[in-house]
Amino acid sequence: MATVAPTGVATTEDMPEAWRGFAGGRWRDRIDVRDFIQANYTPYEGDSAFLVGPTGRTRAVWEKVSALFPEERAKGIHDADTATPSTITSHAPGYIDRGRELIVGLQTDAPLKRAIMPNGGLRMVESGLAAYGYQPDPFVTKVFGTYRKTHNDGVFDAYTPEMRAARRAGIITGLPDAYGRGRIIGDYRRVALYGADRLIEAKRAERALLDARPSSPDVIRDREELAEQIKALGELTRMAASYGCDVSRPAATAHEAVQWLYLGFLAAVKEQNGAAMSLGRTSTFLDVYLQRDLDEGVIDETRAQELIDDFVIKLRIVRFLRTPEYDALFSGDPTWVTESIGGIGTDGRPLVTRTSFRFLQTLYNLGPAPEPNLTVLWSPQLPSGFKEFCAQVSIDTSAVQYESDDLMRPCTGDDTAIACCVSAMAVGKQMQFFGARVNLAKALLYAVNGGRDEMTGDQITPEMPRLSGEYLDYDELSAAYDRVLDWLAETYVNALNVIHYMHDKYAYERIEMALHDHPVHRFMACGIAGLSVAADSLSAVKYARVKVIRDATGLAVDFRTEGEFPAYGNNDDRADSLAVDLVESFMAKVREQPTYRDAEHTQSVLTITSNVVYGKHTGNTPDGRRAGQPFAPGANPMNGRDRHGVAASAMSVAKLPYEQARDGISLTNTVTPEGLGHVPEERAGNLAGILDAYMASGGFHMNVNVLHRAVLEDAMEHPEKYPELTIRVSGYAVNFVRLTREQQLDVISRTFHGSL
Amino acid sequence: MKVVTTGRIHSWDLSTGVDGPGTRFVLFLSGCPLRCLYCANPDTWHMRDGREVTVDEVMAEIEKYRGFVTTARGGVTLTGGEALLQPAFTAAVLRRCKEAGLHTALDTSGFLGARATDGLLADTDLVLLDIKSFDVDTYRKLTGGELTPTLNFATRLDRLGIPMWIRYVLVPGWTDDPAAVDGLAAFLAGLSSVDRVDVLPFHKLGTHKYDALGIDFPLRDTPVPDLEMVDRVRERFREHGLRAL
Repeated sequence: MATVAPTGVATTEDMPEAWRGFAGGRWRDRIDVRDFIQANYTPYEGDSAFLVGPTGRTRAVWEKVSALFPEERAKGIHDADTATPSTITSHAPGYIDRGRELIVGLQTDAPLKRAIMPNGGLRMVESGLAAYGYQPDPFVTKVFGTYRKTHNDGVFDAYTPEMRAARRAGIITGLPDAYGRGRIIGDYRRVALYGADRLIEAKRAERALLDARPSSPDVIRDREELAEQIKALGELTRMAASYGCDVSRPAATAHEAVQWLYLGFLAAVKEQNGAAMSLGRTSTFLDVYLQRDLDEGVIDETRAQELIDDFVIKLRIVRFLRTPEYDALFSGDPTWVTESIGGIGTDGRPLVTRTSFRFLQTLYNLGPAPEPNLTVLWSPQLPSGFKEFCAQVSIDTSAVQYESDDLMRPCTGDDTAIACCVSAMAVGKQMQFFGARVNLAKALLYAVNGGRDEMTGDQITPEMPRLSGEYLDYDELSAAYDRVLDWLAETYVNALNVIHYMHDKYAYERIEMALHDHPVHRFMACGIAGLSVAADSLSAVKYARVKVIRDATGLAVDFRTEGEFPAYGNNDDRADSLAVDLVESFMAKVREQPTYRDAEHTQSVLTITSNVVYGKHTGNTPDGRRAGQPFAPGANPMNGRDRHGVAASAMSVAKLPYEQARDGISLTNTVTPEGLGHVPEERAGNLAGILDAYMASGGFHMNVNVLHRAVLEDAMEHPEKYPELTIRVSGYAVNFVRLTREQQLDVISRTFHGSL
Repeated sequence: MKVVTTGRIHSWDLSTGVDGPGTRFVLFLSGCPLRCLYCANPDTWHMRDGREVTVDEVMAEIEKYRGFVTTARGGVTLTGGEALLQPAFTAAVLRRCKEAGLHTALDTSGFLGARATDGLLADTDLVLLDIKSFDVDTYRKLTGGELTPTLNFATRLDRLGIPMWIRYVLVPGWTDDPAAVDGLAAFLAGLSSVDRVDVLPFHKLGTHKYDALGIDFPLRDTPVPDLEMVDRVRERFREHGLRAL
């Protein structure tokens, strides 16, 4: 008989057969996946020579499902289940090719059939269906219109007129007030390592610790949330059982480990239509199982790769029902199934395994694709074989992004994963309240105009003095800008508090949070857009002369800039310091605002593809940008103004301080193949060198596209020739042919770093 | 010797894999004694068009990139124009780069190789030597200058043991003659410090500069070489045991 153990602690005698051969102790006694990985993984310092191509089985499954893509692309969606609000257990099992699939499970009962998730907002569901010619189901409309309030309803009940005005004017946009906030990464690995029963046991223990606490609103909410988490884990077990998988117990083989982990993730994407539904950091975890099976001789490399290929096929076909307006912001149907690969452990050992390579190999075996969003946690200390392989994959596919492991590790540890594009979190221990972003360029125009919107003339802020001189005075403008940003930070964080209060209340992420520790650390992830436009505009006012052109009502609608001014993106401190100051000062203002659930303030410098929409809604700016013209994406210098090549441009961006933008700083670089070297065989090494140097200079994130402008131009004219053409935009990758025409033109107008 | 503290430059830039190994800070000096028909940088021909800068100013700019280019497996390349038209300034910049621990490359036609002192060359880790043609007449027609100084310079670099990357711009009808390629290849095969031969396909990306300067671009109608021709010429160099890329 086993000795009596504290609640939630298994004794050695109970050690399941599933854990045979595994080392280490701490992870057995408590839920601690990181400890399991550290005790058991096999670092791989070699090159890519061991990798294998796709099997006939893999090709058959992939061809069967990808044959549906052209029609889906043409119609917008392949199919939708209009009548069944999606839950973990709502849909019968679905398959692509039951006889061939190794990893099973679909969001609904058929591939690419989209589910409805009205908890986020009924309007989103209805307009999403209507856009693609589907009728909303009357029963669903009745339930969610009459009996069941949604997140969206809750938010608009609690918004103030000022928040609504700021939202309408587009100075704060992209807010997750009508759709799922996403950016929460469940630790799906836990399902494989522990099984759902053990996770339920641990959740019960966490919940029991609250029993003695007085029933304050916070404690009541925690108890209710933990109860929901426990129920969700039970539902996961039932859903898995419908596919013939018993996830109540730990996975015993590599095949089961991949399957269990995927079922955990599947439960999340059945329940939540989050803006970003990221996977976490799974490759090195799975490698422990794959390596054990390889060592036991029960699988070979072909089978190991097949399991990963089949898993990735599933990740590639995650779909959500969204509206055309949403797509205008985030085009190409992104789901941000971000997988973080590589990095270095706190003990100095690289966290690169053979399975890190196997994930990247899917871009060859299945062809380039935007999802899953493969993200390499880069450090100059990574093994050179891995670095060269990553760089080669980038050169061949333009489908990989890189984030600085050296910047993240001291902040969020060596089990950090990226949510969405650039948001770092310790897996299973931290979550974030996604906060979209404010428009710093428009805010600068508000400073000139005393808070009136330059497009509509409406007063958006409380009355503020407007600048009345014929020419803009730098000191006067700075002071006015500071006042507008004070107002903006306050309005913004207040709006976010409303949104996340309501999201927790009406669309709580039950299964994702069940795969986190309690209590969880929360970030309030604010963001800024238009940084380069604002910085260059300030530079124009400071170093050149900017004359204001006003309309009859006194509204500044245009500017004439006389003389030269330094632009952000040329490693020139005069301009770059203006961008740094903006990041620092807005972060400081955000930090002054109280947050819902005491979330820790962070901000990102990231736009995704919304730089196009932001630009569309922003008037002429003093840097010479014309009204409606897109902003540069993320933290990028304005298109064409970075004139000294990729290194100078990157070094400007690297000056933005990560500690003041802990939610990430996004740089998207496009370089021609020749721009990486005259000799093709040297390009991967050269790109790896640039990534080393960028990260060593303090750079945080880099999207790398390696292509010719002419290819993109041809793809606009002949999309049918380029179904797989993948390009990194800002923090994610898209099929180029799925972007809106405006976004395609924006991508083409960006700086291509070549050589002459 | 008087330390020259100023020079005339056209611009600086950063490039990867085209001006020597890795990512490099590339300083374009103004002024060139040759007038190559295919020149992509006619805006660097005249020293008088350049901007006067001090060595300190140049070094301050380079210093900003020291960490970056070093980590990115590169260094600094001096080119032009013709860097050896300002040998004392070039020598001073190279010296300071070496003091800063940077890898240095000198991109030159070799036409003014005699102006490079042994001291200058001692501070040069790599010479990118542009040999425009191995046929004396063609060389003269193509560049307006003589071939011999370049060959002498190559021999001297070899004697000093300074690594060379030979740059050979392939212009259809001008430099694709098999006999001339063979002649050059045989000459280079006799030099042990030649690391590689870069066969660079002629391009017309500088056309707009001619238009902007209002001068005629003589090779405007010359076709660029096709891949097959580039491969063929590379193969000829390889037949002589050279690493042609």
